[in-house]
Amino acid sequence: MHAAVLVFPGSNCDRDLAVAFERAGARVSMVWHKETGLPDGVDLVAVPGGFSYGDYLRCGAIAANSPICGALKKHVERGGFALGICNGFQVLTETRLLPGALRRNGNLKYICKPVGLRVETADSAFTAGYAAGQEITVPIAHHDGNYYADDETLKALNDQDRVAFRYADNPNGSVQDIAGLLSENRRVLGMMPHPERMAEPAHGGTDGQAMFRALTDQLETA
Amino acid sequence: MKARVTVMLKNGVLDPQGEAVRHALGSLGFDGVEGVRQGKVIELELAPGTTEDTVVQMCEKLLANTVIESYRVEMG
Repeated sequence: MHAAVLVFPGSNCDRDLAVAFERAGARVSMVWHKETGLPDGVDLVAVPGGFSYGDYLRCGAIAANSPICGALKKHVERGGFALGICNGFQVLTETRLLPGALRRNGNLKYICKPVGLRVETADSAFTAGYAAGQEITVPIAHHDGNYYADDETLKALNDQDRVAFRYADNPNGSVQDIAGLLSENRRVLGMMPHPERMAEPAHGGTDGQAMFRALTDQLETA
Repeated sequence: MKARVTVMLKNGVLDPQGEAVRHALGSLGFDGVEGVRQGKVIELELAPGTTEDTVVQMCEKLLANTVIESYRVEMG
């Protein structure tokens, strides 16, 4: 499996994400935001956490209009996989590859702590390593993770089993406790929590590891 | 030539920053503030001949996230 990790000015989880994929057995290319294309044979594009372009204007807004995101959109339109974590999730909503938007946290605070997540569906390459209903612990670290979508979008997300993770104890005011969601074809996942920061024993837990292993295994055989 | 773009969260989208400002005004003794909405103003210096239509496109593509925000353009 070949994963491309995008790097924007202000990304700060790009190396962690690359290591999580590498430890799961994937080949990883780091791709700078000014590139207009992805390396050949990329199966999955990973958009990392951080503060792309200093969060100017809106989190993820300027990154979403960067040259590499044109290539990301084409990759997804071709049926390619994409994973956006934290700022990466914000970028995926700004590109409209995922519905909804991330607002300022309800309590206005930057929140950095491990949180409980309920895996809502195991029916995706991202979550196949978990059981539906399983509770895992993964850290969050964000100021703008308060997910919003209109009622029609929420209905579609629920009806199509596209909510991947919900917070066990909602930290940021997200509608319906949504922490992560899938695209209609189930090949794009955006989530605010950081599985790459809970991917080996030295992190204090390994609950995030199953995502990188499942992706690497499933996309290897695809 | 200038344009002024005002971007606000849409009605119905909770504005936690506006709420915090409302509470702060209340604690300063300003009674009667029933609601606060906080937005942003973006001023554009434009080459002569740039149309309002173009500024609207800028709003749609970048300046506002129309999933949660509305915008108003004033030319002049």
